[in-house]
Amino acid sequence: MLRQIEGSRAVAETVALCRPEVVCAYPISPQTHIIEAVGVMVKSGRLSPCEYINVESEFAAMSVSIGASAAGARAYTATASQGLLFMLEAVYNASGLGLPIVMTLANRAIGAPINIWNDHGDAMAARDAGWIQLFAETNQEAADLHVQAFRLAEELSVPVMVCMDGFILTHAVEGVDLMTQEEVDSFLPPYEPRQVLDPDDPVSIGAMVGPEAFEEVRYLAHLRQLDALALIPTIAESFATLTGRDSGGLVHPYRTDDAEVIVVALGSVLGTIKDAVDARRARGERIGVLGITTFRPFPRDGVRDALAGASRVVVVEKAFSVGGEGVVLTDVAMAVGGRDVTLHSVIAGLGGRPITQRALESVLERASRGDLERLTFLDLDEAAVSRERSRIAAARRTGPSAENVLYDRATQGSRVAQEQS
Amino acid sequence: MTKRPVRFYQVGSFAVGNRLLTDDQRTVQSDPNRTNSIDSGHRACQGCGEALGARYALDAAMRAAAGRVVTVNATGCLEVFSTPYPETSWRVPWLHSLFGNAPAVATGVAAALRVKGREDVRVVGQAGDGGTVDIGFGTLSGMFERNDDVLFICYDNEGYMNTGVQRSAATPPAARTATTDAVGPEPGNVFGQGKDLPRIAMAHDIAYVATATVADLHDLEHKVEHAMTLRGARYIHILVPCPLGWGSASSDTIKVARLAKESGLFPVFEAENGRVTSVSPIRRRTPVEEYLRLQRRYAHLFGAHPRPDIVTRLQEIADENIARYGLVNDETEEIPVLEEAKEMVH
Amino acid sequence: METPFGITLDVGSSRANHTGSWRVERPVYVDRLPPCNDACPAGENIQGWLYHAESGDYESAWRALVEENPLPAIMGRVCFHPCETACNRVRVDDAVGINAVERFLGDLAIERGWTLPEPGADTGKRILVVGSGPAGLSATYHLRRLGHAVHLVDSSHQLGGMMRYGIPAYRLPRDVLDAEIARILAMGVEVTLDHVVDDVEQERRDGSYDAVFLAVGAQIGHRVSIPAGDSSRVVDAVTFLHQVADDDPPLLGRRVVVYGGGDTAFDAARTARRLGATDAVIVYRRNREHMPANEEEFAQALGEGVTMRWLSTVNRFEGERLVLEKMRLNEAGFPEPTGELEELDADALVLALGQDTDLSLLERAPGVVIRDGVVEVAPTMMTGDAGVFAGGDAVPADRTATVAVGHGKHAARSIDDYVNGRVREAVARHELASFDRLNTWYYSDAPRTRRPELEKIRRQDTFDEVVQGLTEENALFEARRCLSCGNCFECDNCFGVCPDNAVIKLGGGERYEIDYDFCKGCGICVSECPCGAIEMVPEKI
Repeated sequence: MLRQIEGSRAVAETVALCRPEVVCAYPISPQTHIIEAVGVMVKSGRLSPCEYINVESEFAAMSVSIGASAAGARAYTATASQGLLFMLEAVYNASGLGLPIVMTLANRAIGAPINIWNDHGDAMAARDAGWIQLFAETNQEAADLHVQAFRLAEELSVPVMVCMDGFILTHAVEGVDLMTQEEVDSFLPPYEPRQVLDPDDPVSIGAMVGPEAFEEVRYLAHLRQLDALALIPTIAESFATLTGRDSGGLVHPYRTDDAEVIVVALGSVLGTIKDAVDARRARGERIGVLGITTFRPFPRDGVRDALAGASRVVVVEKAFSVGGEGVVLTDVAMAVGGRDVTLHSVIAGLGGRPITQRALESVLERASRGDLERLTFLDLDEAAVSRERSRIAAARRTGPSAENVLYDRATQGSRVAQEQS
Repeated sequence: MTKRPVRFYQVGSFAVGNRLLTDDQRTVQSDPNRTNSIDSGHRACQGCGEALGARYALDAAMRAAAGRVVTVNATGCLEVFSTPYPETSWRVPWLHSLFGNAPAVATGVAAALRVKGREDVRVVGQAGDGGTVDIGFGTLSGMFERNDDVLFICYDNEGYMNTGVQRSAATPPAARTATTDAVGPEPGNVFGQGKDLPRIAMAHDIAYVATATVADLHDLEHKVEHAMTLRGARYIHILVPCPLGWGSASSDTIKVARLAKESGLFPVFEAENGRVTSVSPIRRRTPVEEYLRLQRRYAHLFGAHPRPDIVTRLQEIADENIARYGLVNDETEEIPVLEEAKEMVH
Repeated sequence: METPFGITLDVGSSRANHTGSWRVERPVYVDRLPPCNDACPAGENIQGWLYHAESGDYESAWRALVEENPLPAIMGRVCFHPCETACNRVRVDDAVGINAVERFLGDLAIERGWTLPEPGADTGKRILVVGSGPAGLSATYHLRRLGHAVHLVDSSHQLGGMMRYGIPAYRLPRDVLDAEIARILAMGVEVTLDHVVDDVEQERRDGSYDAVFLAVGAQIGHRVSIPAGDSSRVVDAVTFLHQVADDDPPLLGRRVVVYGGGDTAFDAARTARRLGATDAVIVYRRNREHMPANEEEFAQALGEGVTMRWLSTVNRFEGERLVLEKMRLNEAGFPEPTGELEELDADALVLALGQDTDLSLLERAPGVVIRDGVVEVAPTMMTGDAGVFAGGDAVPADRTATVAVGHGKHAARSIDDYVNGRVREAVARHELASFDRLNTWYYSDAPRTRRPELEKIRRQDTFDEVVQGLTEENALFEARRCLSCGNCFECDNCFGVCPDNAVIKLGGGERYEIDYDFCKGCGICVSECPCGAIEMVPEKI
């Protein structure tokens, strides 16, 4: 049933259709609308049986989910940004224990400086946590991915994080085709735990594992992620059979067949990129897009095959490894390793800065001309950076850069405005 | 023919059992078919009070719940010595997640059981003092505040023993730890306000708060069993001496716990809905000195450079507890410092 | 369930880890000698029989008791219970009333008609026992249990020796005495009364006895020369009591003075009161502190109106006036005459100055040494005349019925060795269960605010004194006051306090076992054993 609905609400409605038994959350923007909506559904009895637990921190939220999952309940939570980092110890623990928790991550920048807006810094910080990470391009896909996530998680006993861009998706109202309860039930069987706390069959879960077996445990976790690479497309196919929608899977190539240049990205920015690519295609450039839906496990073969014809790859990404380069770029480079491909990392949209089609096209233009650096920051105010660098060089107690740059941008901006007036 | 009151009989009130008692008068521990929730082969130190306390508490809980108990354990000695791969000592369903989250994990387990209609299965969370009063404090307070259906038990050995005896918020003043060395003008741990978790728990007005020691099994089991009759958040704080961290003889574990209570340093009481409902009165009021002298962590108070001033301050803490909880009654005997104790050299 | 590798483990698997290898010392269960047993002249296993009494199994208690002593109803009345003096419970509150429980068991056995163990299989050996006091009866009993035929002879008309002819009936009712004697005779004993043995070797040859046990007692009142106008007014206590026992009491008059400070003096004075004396005065040359008589006897006598003349000796007896000389104690505590005289009206003077033994029957026995009026014996109780053993008041020892019972038992076992040509190895006594080995915490009462289920035991909060004998309820309670020093009484402490679950409860009187596979040797079980029945011994490494 197609509804004009806020992304968060669409996710909440869909999660409810998945019959979670324990939902535990702690408010943090931009995820709050999801858990608020689920909370209302539990309180009103629309979602039942379900325990909704308001906890005192994200650390507790993930911990409650761990307990609930280990006791055999389907557990769901949602968070973002600082919240993910605050629960990160438990995030690792959930995957280490093999508990199939599903969590929505409403992607948001990580402070300091504190920033509530979207980027992928939070997801990237947790990329090695042992969770499967799926990135939604649209609210439709965000909703659909949750249904697939529960099935995937429970089949493999691996937790799944569904990443959707904060505000851009969570707060956007658009048409979403919501599934029916019958459809979801037919797709998602009840949770059959692999291990459970049961007085009739007691086990000890969470042993201390020393050097004698730790590597094996980790390797087994890796193998489960590789299993996921095979399972994710299967699940996506059966989902498509049920709904007719091409949601999920590992990667989504767009106009890549003859592309010399392929732009790689995750999440909602793919829409803007596709518009830019469409525009450049219209001008005759052989350019395409590769959307990565499954970031962990990283679909190396899928990415390699999709990029097989390209001589230049531009990775547009909303996070980067400070002191290194783009996080996604690193993985893409690994995928195309051994081939003669020019790779670019375009860091964009940090802390919610808009990624405009114009700016993207300008970067792609430079790429096609061959004068795009390996690492580029989109729309970087280099003058502001330069002035702060000068201040730092000139004096000792210059104060916090974040505030300095804010002040600089405001005053310089007003000066520009005055000059223009 | 004279009549005189007789206050004594062989044993029963304090011993584990007695062949003369009926089954229902005995402790759970006297039952050869007790659960042994934590079984032999664990790697706790010789004379470990925590291993003892955990078995006491969980076996009692198991009896009270007819075997329907699941446990959640914080990281710490208890977790490490009980479950080194590939062996576990637990005979109850047991989950270890992290150091600071056991109360929240227990909440999750309880929620799962409730949603599945399995409220016959009871949840016991457990942690050492670090996992309770320090790193797990936030999640514990949250669990209390929500009144989740969890019995949480702290096995308090007054420090981070697993990591090599560092100070926790439960470490008493003047005690030597690896991070509060017995040097300087104020040797050992600071005289702060302490973090009295039973009282903090009471401030949450939860259904039940109790303290106990491994020296009084009947009392401990009574409290666990009573807690199991209640629903909602419940908290039991059990003093479990650590021979390693306290520098006491492994054979003295119970004796040391007994003296902690009898000196007044560790008040034993129970409270319901935020109000103290009973205290275990001191039977033989013993100067703190006798308790302190059994432990090398206080040796700096008695050595070549004795610190009677600090002993006095510790005695004042005990006296304060005695006054606050009314721990002395008509039947309390006063025990002077034993000369033998004074002669003990550490 | 198929559990994930590594992180999830199957229960109980740690039992594969044998932590016993950590141990440098091991706990070992021991039985230490309780001070009561140590002090008992009859060698009773007091803690052992109390153990059964504690559970209300009085017959087992009595059977354990009569393993050593066949006369519990008698001993429960006449024994001066050194066991209670030695009892560790004195340092907790008061001694356990062992004697009272013993009497309770003895009386119950008579009431219920419990019989002594069957005699042993017939050995073909014949033993002569001379004298039927506590030593002779005890020896008879133990010899019969060993399967030897016993010929018990006594010079008196009835059996019992000093128990009948020395101890007044108000202390030892004759039906009790008769019942316990009859029970021994029921084991099959040849008895000859009114028979005086005047030559033991002759008697031995005539009767072809394999051995002889002399338990002739000290039946002769010690006489001192006291100038007396009318010697008929002077009688010795032994004779006096014997006559009373024979229901032929002498006429002593209203004012009776007893001279002496031992138990017999009190028996005589109290008996005199019972015979109608208005004044019964005990004259003793020292003071109370130095008086050998039993404390209870003394107190009871005073309660019955007996009066004391301390620090006095009898100088002479003139008509109805007794002249006493005042004494004073020197620094060594010995009385010295002061020369100061005083008078006391008296109708009769009873001399209770000790008893002598008639050992004339040993005059022709070779190798016998008699010193200070008693016969010397080896540790086996054998005299210098091989095959002739002696015990009771006739040998150097405290002259109490309980000592005599112990002699009888000991002699019987030595005789058994002798007739079988065996030499017994000395058995090392167990280490004493001294007070400092106890953990008295566990013996104290509990606060009343807790554990109502224990009230059932605790509510037995009164204890009637022993003179009238204990009710069953009180006997049970009193037995349960036993600390069981040095001997496991199955309180489950070791089983409960082991952090490693390394104590196995065998139950049902079988006590416990240490599981050395897992015992780390922490020693908590030793510290927390109330009665000190576990000790740590170094591990052989």
